[in-house]
Amino acid sequence: MKISVTVNGKLYERDVEPRTLLAYFLREALGLTGTHVGCDTSSCGVCVVVLDGDRAVKSCTMFAVMADGHEITTVEGLVQGGKLHPLQQAFWDCHGLQCGYCTPGMLMTSYALLKHQPHPDEPAIREALAGNLCRCTGYQNIVKAVQQAAAETNAPAPEPVAT
Amino acid sequence: MFPAPFEYHRAASIDEALALLAQHGGDARVLAGGQSLIPAMRFRLARPAVLVDINGLSDLAYMREEDGMLAIGAMTRDAALETSDLISAKYPLLADTSAVVADPVVRQSGTVVGSLCHNDPAGDWGVTALAARAQIVVRGKGGTRTVAIDDFLIDSFTTAVAEGELALEVRFPTPPARTAGSYQKIERKVGDFATASAAARITLDANGAIAGAGIAIGAAGPHATRVTEAERLLNGAKPTKELIRAAADAARATADPAADNRGSVEFKKDMAGVLVRRALVAALGRLGVEGLQ
Repeated sequence: MKISVTVNGKLYERDVEPRTLLAYFLREALGLTGTHVGCDTSSCGVCVVVLDGDRAVKSCTMFAVMADGHEITTVEGLVQGGKLHPLQQAFWDCHGLQCGYCTPGMLMTSYALLKHQPHPDEPAIREALAGNLCRCTGYQNIVKAVQQAAAETNAPAPEPVAT
Repeated sequence: MFPAPFEYHRAASIDEALALLAQHGGDARVLAGGQSLIPAMRFRLARPAVLVDINGLSDLAYMREEDGMLAIGAMTRDAALETSDLISAKYPLLADTSAVVADPVVRQSGTVVGSLCHNDPAGDWGVTALAARAQIVVRGKGGTRTVAIDDFLIDSFTTAVAEGELALEVRFPTPPARTAGSYQKIERKVGDFATASAAARITLDANGAIAGAGIAIGAAGPHATRVTEAERLLNGAKPTKELIRAAADAARATADPAADNRGSVEFKKDMAGVLVRRALVAALGRLGVEGLQ
């Protein structure tokens, strides 16, 4: 079945079997191996990509044909003009990774979070990342990294809460 | 593992989805969020020959109050409830539930109606739908019908949706004055199925007696289960610690769980009672009734 998917701003047309999972389409048909496959059963979150700009999805639990006509952002799409995305820079600065296996999923889940909530507090960050497993860091530095990236955003600060 | 091969159709309208479902009958499954169906297909627990994808039906992504009901469309995702001001202000039972389904990424795809149609014994929405006395609107060749949740949940992974039919929306009655609910769940880790769960929805009358009670438990039988005996005990009574304990004991007696690596039968039966008590205390607490711990 022929599909057209825009990945990181570039349009790809490919012929795929309907049962091809998006993660494998990205890795094997497009060669974008930044998206990892971990548990392969929707539990670990290393395969998270962003659909249509702001929706985090586990790409092991979505068929590539479902992305036909849609836009996907993968970890490869975060760098702009050779410069790391603020989230990537923050993970670097805060040591938000050790082995790095979960990092693409952590980055993409955080990316979608900041699209919806540019200034999440610490509990909101921990909650948003609850579907992403990391076996190295203990999460502390990942949370710090997302806090740093959020602090650097140009998005308007939240409205003061009426008291 | 990859799913078995299947034929994929993307419906451009409700009518087209219905035509495809009518054409393929029992070979076809509806694909909405896919967060239960796709894993089931990967484990080869489900092998539909045809998938009818309704993700493009944006006219089924809605939450609206009409005729004393909150209608939630078949393409409304869990995350939409989680971030809805209407839900957090008026439907605390639904807010509780939407915050604990699977994990936050899964909730950005998974749908409320899809979860009801999947009817997993440990699913969350069936429990809440029973406590809230929800209805599901189902459309097929023969027209549109409304099915009470008690008649909708037939057996594990089986509902009243017949071959060729599409569940269009779920309707939750808008809570009358002095009504609150709560959903309680224990799980081994975020994203796991419930070890046990319970939902309570309580309406108080002007004298502080219970005018309406909805009590249900999850992961305690072939599908979400209404605790009829607890509802009978609660209706018309004044909320007390003893009453809540009796309702919890009714849940323990009703629960018929299966032992697995989440816990033994004894443990899960006890948790059904514990969670019904917690749900009642939380719901009544939201109505300003304290001291029931």
